[in-house]
Amino acid sequence: MATWVIARLTFREAARRKILWAALILGVAFLALYGIGVYFIHREIQHSISSQNLTAMRETFSFVLMAGLYVVNFLVVMMTVLTSVDTLAGEIASGTIQAVVTKPLRRYQVVLGKWLGFAAMLALYVALMGGGVVIVTYILTGYSAPGVPRGLGLMVMEGLALLSVCILGGTSLSTLANGVLAFGLYGLAFVGGWIEQIGSLLRNETAVNIGIVSSLLMPSEAMWKRAAYEMQSSLASTIGMSPFTSTSVPSPLMILYAALYITIMLALALRQFSRRDL
Amino acid sequence: MDQTLAIETHHLRKVFGDKVAVQDLTLDVRQGEVFGFLGPNGAGKTTSVKMLLNLVAPTSGKGQLLGKPLGDVTARACVGFLPEHFRFHDWLNASEFLHLHGQLYGMSDAQRQERVSKLLDLVGLAPHSDKKLRSFSKGMLQRIGLAQALLNEPQLVFLDEPTSGLDPVGRRLVRDIIRDLKSQGATVFLNSHLLSEVEITCDRVAFIKHGQVIRQAALQTLVEGQTAVELRVGNLSPHIVAGLARWGEDVRADSDHVHLTVADESALPQIARWIMEQGGSLYAMTPQKLALEDLFLQVVGTDGGL
Repeated sequence: MATWVIARLTFREAARRKILWAALILGVAFLALYGIGVYFIHREIQHSISSQNLTAMRETFSFVLMAGLYVVNFLVVMMTVLTSVDTLAGEIASGTIQAVVTKPLRRYQVVLGKWLGFAAMLALYVALMGGGVVIVTYILTGYSAPGVPRGLGLMVMEGLALLSVCILGGTSLSTLANGVLAFGLYGLAFVGGWIEQIGSLLRNETAVNIGIVSSLLMPSEAMWKRAAYEMQSSLASTIGMSPFTSTSVPSPLMILYAALYITIMLALALRQFSRRDL
Repeated sequence: MDQTLAIETHHLRKVFGDKVAVQDLTLDVRQGEVFGFLGPNGAGKTTSVKMLLNLVAPTSGKGQLLGKPLGDVTARACVGFLPEHFRFHDWLNASEFLHLHGQLYGMSDAQRQERVSKLLDLVGLAPHSDKKLRSFSKGMLQRIGLAQALLNEPQLVFLDEPTSGLDPVGRRLVRDIIRDLKSQGATVFLNSHLLSEVEITCDRVAFIKHGQVIRQAALQTLVEGQTAVELRVGNLSPHIVAGLARWGEDVRADSDHVHLTVADESALPQIARWIMEQGGSLYAMTPQKLALEDLFLQVVGTDGGL
């Protein structure tokens, strides 16, 4: 079926892009650095804190793990946007799309195929990188985080939200405009997330509302916060202020909303591409 | 043979904002013929082809491709298309590229294996089947693009400027391919600026200007009855030149050369007699069939281009 042909082609194309290899190499370099860091932290903790204080140890390693996953999260976002931003826009601009769309297939199959190809690449990257950080931590410290599959799954959803926006943008915008849109929305969600955090600490309702609106416009940050929540013990998430603790954790409803968001963005992309002149 | 027209359009029209790209496209192309589509730049040729291929939705009007309405997916399985500004996924090698497009046609593995190797041989790219498209010259890209258009043994092939980047060997190849397609009963729709090519390969042509078909006819009838004659005459007098207007048009004379266009061959002996009766010395009389280029300029006018 044409959709699968395009999906396979997209996956292959993404796999050979320099950006992906840069993301992989960076990721691996990061893993190595992370491993070294964890090793030394582990050694220091063994000497300074009494081994009786397991809770403190666990919380330290949990913090370190979340820090590692935060970097992975950032790499995933970069990789997703940078590889998918010109998949449609570029092919339309160069005319490559013409010999494809005139085949006996429907336009939506091209968009869906591309989405599927990138989604598979994204899931693989999260599994490799995120899984890598979790495994390295476990090997070096024996700490195993709760809810890892759910957490990684939510990180994939975060990527899918951005991917869907890039695909939709690609049906109408140039590569550059599409990139600005995607990163712009991500930045909006990011800042909005912090505003919501601060607002909830200071009990400022306006700030909280701004945060909520921003997460509705782009649920990426909400997905990360929920993922962080799922992968920490309930104690850790209420202590302190860090990028991975929340005084206002997104509710499970937000996950449903994100799924809806992804579906709607994709549906709009399918429709838009089916109608436009090429 | 099936009498359905390969292409049929009724008042197809395309407006972009407030610009009218195609005003009124009404033409028909019979199955098994080689149809030339001619017109100056900006006349709406590419937009017309795009409307036929569902790349662009018409603003109004109707059309049919192989008996099915425009936009029908199944009809496109029998259609091949070589775009003018062809660009392909250049990280694929030639063989992978053809296999990809074969898959997009819905061809089975076995079919594809057979057709890909056959077509690579046909366009002379078999030794390059493992090379990536990005290393191909423009001529090679055009040939692989042509192979792509022929993958599914199409009944109708759209060629948009297929010979523009090719050397004479390549152009001969395209001509041969078009001839083979015709002998297999396929229809070829040819957009070309190379009028000499159109002259050699096409059966019927349509001239389009300002988004409208202004003339559509068999090539034979168009050039028939239009013979340019070149004369070399000694003792040429203005009186002789003036008298030539009886048999031809567009009489031009300078020193001892005269050029004119006659409607019919039978005028030639009469012209010869006239010149000699008037005391001229006829050294040479050379009739030439009117080139399509002259016809093009005549029909379309020199103001047509953008």
